[in-house]
Amino acid sequence: MIPEIGHFALILALLLALVQGIPPLIGAHRGNATLMAVARPAAQGQFLFVAIAYGCLAYSFLVNDFSVANVARNSFSQLPPVYRFAASWGSHEGSILLWALILALWTTAVTIWSRHLPEDMSARVIGVMGLVSFGFLLFILVASNPFVRLSPAPMDGSDLNPLLQDPGMVFHPPMLYMGYVGFSVAFAFAIAALLSGKMDVAWARWSRPWTAVAWVFLSIGITGGSWWAYNELGWGGWWFWDPTENASFMPWLAGTALLHSLVATEKRGAFKNWTVLLAILAFSMSLVGTFLVRSGVLSSVHAFATDPTRGIFMLAFLGVVIGGSLALFAFRAAKMPTGGSFTWFSRESLLLANNVVLVAALGAVLLGTLYPLFMDALGMGKISVGPPYFNSVFVPLITPLLFLMGVGPLARWKQASLPAMAKQLRVALAIAATTGVLVSLASGSFKPMVGFGVALAVWIVVTIYLGFAQRLKYIGGPTLPALLKIPRGFWGMQMAHLGLAWVVAGITLVSGLETERNVKMNIGDTTHLAGYDFTFQGVSPHEGPNYRAASGNVEVAAGGKQLFVLHPQKRIYNASGMPMTEAAIDYGFTRDVYVALGDELDNGAWTVRVFHKPFINWLWIGGLFLALGGVLAASDRRYRIALRAAEAPAVAPQGAQA
Amino acid sequence: MKSRNKKLLAIGLAVVGLAIVAALVLNAFRNNLVFFFTPTQVANGDAPKDRAFRIGGLVVAGTIKRSADGMNAIFVVTDTAKTMPVSYSVKDNGPLPDLFKEGKGMVAEGKLGANGVFAATQVLTKHDENYMPPEAASAIAQAQKAQTLVK
Repeated sequence: MIPEIGHFALILALLLALVQGIPPLIGAHRGNATLMAVARPAAQGQFLFVAIAYGCLAYSFLVNDFSVANVARNSFSQLPPVYRFAASWGSHEGSILLWALILALWTTAVTIWSRHLPEDMSARVIGVMGLVSFGFLLFILVASNPFVRLSPAPMDGSDLNPLLQDPGMVFHPPMLYMGYVGFSVAFAFAIAALLSGKMDVAWARWSRPWTAVAWVFLSIGITGGSWWAYNELGWGGWWFWDPTENASFMPWLAGTALLHSLVATEKRGAFKNWTVLLAILAFSMSLVGTFLVRSGVLSSVHAFATDPTRGIFMLAFLGVVIGGSLALFAFRAAKMPTGGSFTWFSRESLLLANNVVLVAALGAVLLGTLYPLFMDALGMGKISVGPPYFNSVFVPLITPLLFLMGVGPLARWKQASLPAMAKQLRVALAIAATTGVLVSLASGSFKPMVGFGVALAVWIVVTIYLGFAQRLKYIGGPTLPALLKIPRGFWGMQMAHLGLAWVVAGITLVSGLETERNVKMNIGDTTHLAGYDFTFQGVSPHEGPNYRAASGNVEVAAGGKQLFVLHPQKRIYNASGMPMTEAAIDYGFTRDVYVALGDELDNGAWTVRVFHKPFINWLWIGGLFLALGGVLAASDRRYRIALRAAEAPAVAPQGAQA
Repeated sequence: MKSRNKKLLAIGLAVVGLAIVAALVLNAFRNNLVFFFTPTQVANGDAPKDRAFRIGGLVVAGTIKRSADGMNAIFVVTDTAKTMPVSYSVKDNGPLPDLFKEGKGMVAEGKLGANGVFAATQVLTKHDENYMPPEAASAIAQAQKAQTLVK
């Protein structure tokens, strides 16, 4: 009964999406206020029914209703409740439903916080989101129904893939999807601007906080995904340039470019067309990412589906959305007025350089991700493009970007003076270079790459200091009150840049300085790595809720002093019989100690893998700062003022121009 | 700056950017593309001698042998037509994946040694027991197609 209610709710949601999509767009075109007024209630109703559908699916998982095929395939009666709930998005079907739910959630947010917009603008934005939602709901009902029943129902489920049974599974997919889908708002704003032909500065201001919030979720999602891979996959790696990772990284690159381009559009009216194009690009990359991960074209942990009809539907959907928006862009963009003037060395030109580099990096990642798929599809042989390709393309592209990140925030709009800035930045360059040389010398054997990466990070940090100094001088007066006068947008930018510097430092330090040892250990054996002594005290049996494990006892000491005991596990899951390595990690601000069990040998001996990973947690700390910066930027005063000011006279200029 | 010049600047930047990216990508592709070969193709001498590539197929039952210290493994991979010996150093490359088993599919990346043994630096299996890596599946399909043609 419950699954049928869910199915029925989905059908109603599909119809409401159509109502949300078509009448408001017609209304906005004709200036019909009645049709435009349909947008909000239809969108909220659609959210209600998608939420009911999702609730039904989650309920089926929680009560172990194995007559539902999706539950039977992805859950298990012994699975802990929290993972049963998370399993509702562990499959292809469930994850697409989550996509639709989050899209409806974002749309509802827009219906609430768009009252300050002109009525035709909000009707168009909500209408476009309704059409996107229609596409997804249709896909679910036609090709990916999570409520299909099994007859006869199996006695028990075949369990959630053990790799997904991790706290990461509870947080990572919803975060990532909040980010992916959040770009649909920026996309809808861009399409609405193209439809109305009014692409003014106000448009960029409305779009900015939405873009920033989506970007925050995506940043957290990617950071969390990386942390998850590091903890769960047992290889000690944190980024593999796997197509599924690239699928989330590409929208992030496009979204980052969009955030910066929106600044120039809002402040100076510059790059209007380009900004619209980036908004389309960011959401297109989200769709491409969903397609890559969810259509089964990849063979990886995320790609569960193997049904080609889904792939074809998604490809067609992708074609309609991307092709349609680009056609609209080509048709409308030429009519948009160009913005204010600027010289070759100015805030604008530096933001443009940022955009060029980010889009170029995106292109390189996209090519490396899709090339093997094209070659395979064309029958030209199987090829793999691995981390060496991505590193050798990405690192040289991003390096100048990191350098410019120090210059851009200090440069003036319209026209900056190169000699004056060179003078201002001389000291920063000297500090960065000195630190770089010192670090590369101090890291034992001379490692120029480590020094270079640290120098870049220090460069960014010093220029952040200079940015604040410049602001304080401009505001004047004592430091503390002046600091409070600095708008949150500025704090946010600097916080995000600081986060990125932190990530860069973490990546270069851990890549350059990490050490590893694989060794056979008899009971009582000790091995040494990076000043730590690891003593293997055998394994003991351990019973988990739905698995059995051999739990190793590894005592870690340094300088003759016992520090802690780690318990890496080798698990066998009851339902699937699938083995899995669970690494044990001692976390620290300056280093992680990581132990994993390999294979059991004779007489209780095991092969053991130990890692020493200096500064690896800086990656995730930096990622959080990055996200926090986005939160600060999105909560800047002028967006809130815009909202409050609009609450009273919101009804006044109702779509008269359309 | 006039809007015409601004446009020229934008186009100029884009062209320079594109050229740099194209150069980087082509260079990286030339050095880092990893091609896939089936054991049959390797037996026919199609695989490169001095360059890393990937092979795929089934691990032949009863062929996994580990050294006493567990730090080296050798096994035989087949596409059902031809077989190929593979060596793997746990010491240098870490433990074999959890789902690496006799009779199951796998993909390995490495170089062909002078002695005809494929020295793998990375062994990949899938995250699901019954899932065949697509390269391994295609290797077997190719070999079987070739056999039916011979008959």
